[in-house]
Amino acid sequence: MPLFSEPNFRYGGDRSLFVEVGDEITPEVNRGIRNLLSAIDNADLDGVYALAPTYRSILVYYDPLTVGTEALKEQISGLYGNLEDAELGGAKIVEIPTLYGGEYGPDIDFVASHNGISEAEVVEVHTGSDYLVYMVGFNPGFPYLGGMSEKIATPRLPTPRVRMVPGSVGIAERQTGIYPLASPGGWRVIGRSPIRMFDPGREPPSLVQAGDLVRFTSIDEAKYREIEREVEAGTYKVTVREAG
Amino acid sequence: MGVIEVIEPGLLTTVQDVGRFGYLRHGVPVSGAMDPVALRLANLLVGNPEDEACLEMTLSGPRLRFRSSAVIAVTGADLSPSINGSPIQTWASAVVGQGDILSFGGQESGTRAYVAVGGGLDVPVVMGSKSTFMKAGIGGFEGRALKAGDMLMTRLPNSSTGVSERRIPRSLVPSYDTSVTIRVMLGPQDDRFTEAGLEVFLGEAFTVSAQSDRMGYRLQGPKVEHVSGPDIISDGIPFGGVQVSGDGQPIVLMADRGTSGGYTKPATVISADIGKVAQRMPGDEMRFQKVTLEEAHEALREQEAGVERVKEYLGTAVARRRYTITVEGEAFEVDVEMARTASVAAGRAVVAGMGGEVREFPVDVGMG
Repeated sequence: MPLFSEPNFRYGGDRSLFVEVGDEITPEVNRGIRNLLSAIDNADLDGVYALAPTYRSILVYYDPLTVGTEALKEQISGLYGNLEDAELGGAKIVEIPTLYGGEYGPDIDFVASHNGISEAEVVEVHTGSDYLVYMVGFNPGFPYLGGMSEKIATPRLPTPRVRMVPGSVGIAERQTGIYPLASPGGWRVIGRSPIRMFDPGREPPSLVQAGDLVRFTSIDEAKYREIEREVEAGTYKVTVREAG
Repeated sequence: MGVIEVIEPGLLTTVQDVGRFGYLRHGVPVSGAMDPVALRLANLLVGNPEDEACLEMTLSGPRLRFRSSAVIAVTGADLSPSINGSPIQTWASAVVGQGDILSFGGQESGTRAYVAVGGGLDVPVVMGSKSTFMKAGIGGFEGRALKAGDMLMTRLPNSSTGVSERRIPRSLVPSYDTSVTIRVMLGPQDDRFTEAGLEVFLGEAFTVSAQSDRMGYRLQGPKVEHVSGPDIISDGIPFGGVQVSGDGQPIVLMADRGTSGGYTKPATVISADIGKVAQRMPGDEMRFQKVTLEEAHEALREQEAGVERVKEYLGTAVARRRYTITVEGEAFEVDVEMARTASVAAGRAVVAGMGGEVREFPVDVGMG
């Protein structure tokens, strides 16, 4: 049962409501979330002041002194019953240039040996598929990506690193992602990207949004330096393609 | 334009408003005041819009030198504020003259105090808010807590008329009694806990641990038991959401909570009690009491009615204090008390004009 026929509501206290549209992580449920998010955005519901979409639910913040909880549930159910797919437009593929291995990807040898393949094969597999951005969360600009191959799946570090360098590209089990900010982290780092996943001065500030596809491309150190300079100067243009 | 010089920053002093709500889908947390009602009341006292940014201070307040005169108000925790060493009241407005020093002494009650400055703090609005989110270096003053030597710009008020000597009546001041029980609503994942687990959660006392911050209050106590593990598919986290991970210890998630998390949440603190959580400190006890949605909304209505009563009260206070004087041929509507206080402090009279400007004059223009 991938997408619920009716939304399931759960209370997040007296002024936020979880609207669940599925109970698994699938592209179909994710599409349902994005459609519902767009519908709630466009409906401009009275009393609704913030929306936090995740894998399979949207947390709706509302002012209960403006709109009653039951009335809000009815309005959201009504929108859910009439979802249209058209508004989402075609998916785009955002390229993340990545320098793999060496000091930029200190765990790539572990990922290779853990899976019984060479480091070059790790890069080949990692750059070989497009990843769906299911959600952006936890930290500003952090994309939750789906669709990584089992061939390079690797458990987390036994002890998290105290500081992940921004741009670190990591693997945790069957997930892969990019750390937008310096933070502690337990993912296996296989490379680093010079581009900024998050920039408060940019609109939108997060480079990728739920529903985008991400494709990693392998670059050498000279290219890394070049992009780094361009990013610093504000002249770097992220490569974005139309999917399909 | 006014300037506040930070002489000592205190333990943790940040610029916060009511929060940043428009960018959750980009992973940007709400942040904002831990005790939003205290922030709103501070703003009302100085005549600001209630969602203007204030300074939020924690346990040990800063030492601030006002390089220009201003009307301020301190609300929230009582951290013994004083101006030039003379104690001032909390939940009241006060005038600081040019060069005056606002400092804080010992903690009398609560944990987080708010300082509102008439006119507001002149920091950039980042993604729709002035709130500081330190982890990502976003918003507030350079995205961080204040440091010694910082020069914080303030804006001039539209009108300072009648705001210099206002006090919120005792009956309308929130109580920060640390023995009070915190009310919660069950959900979103109370069904993931055993009956015994929920009985522990709602029946036992928990202690606020030292690892508590603006992100959340970590609690220590008997284990809150899951049915089958603490993991869920990551979803959103409401203000006051209580999360229980594998160790069975609750964390009450507060202003700087991440936008999403993957642990079960048995309950959520009701809006009316968020401020009570925010004013707790490590070592305090916390007990949870279950209420219904209707009871939570009734408590919220009562709280908002209290804020409305403050607005009405302050509104009439403004009306009582209007004076018009003529200085150098220009007519001004002023708060005489404010001008007199300021002139004593700085040797100058401060006059707030009808058009919103605040001007200073030598004391010899005569304030009577």
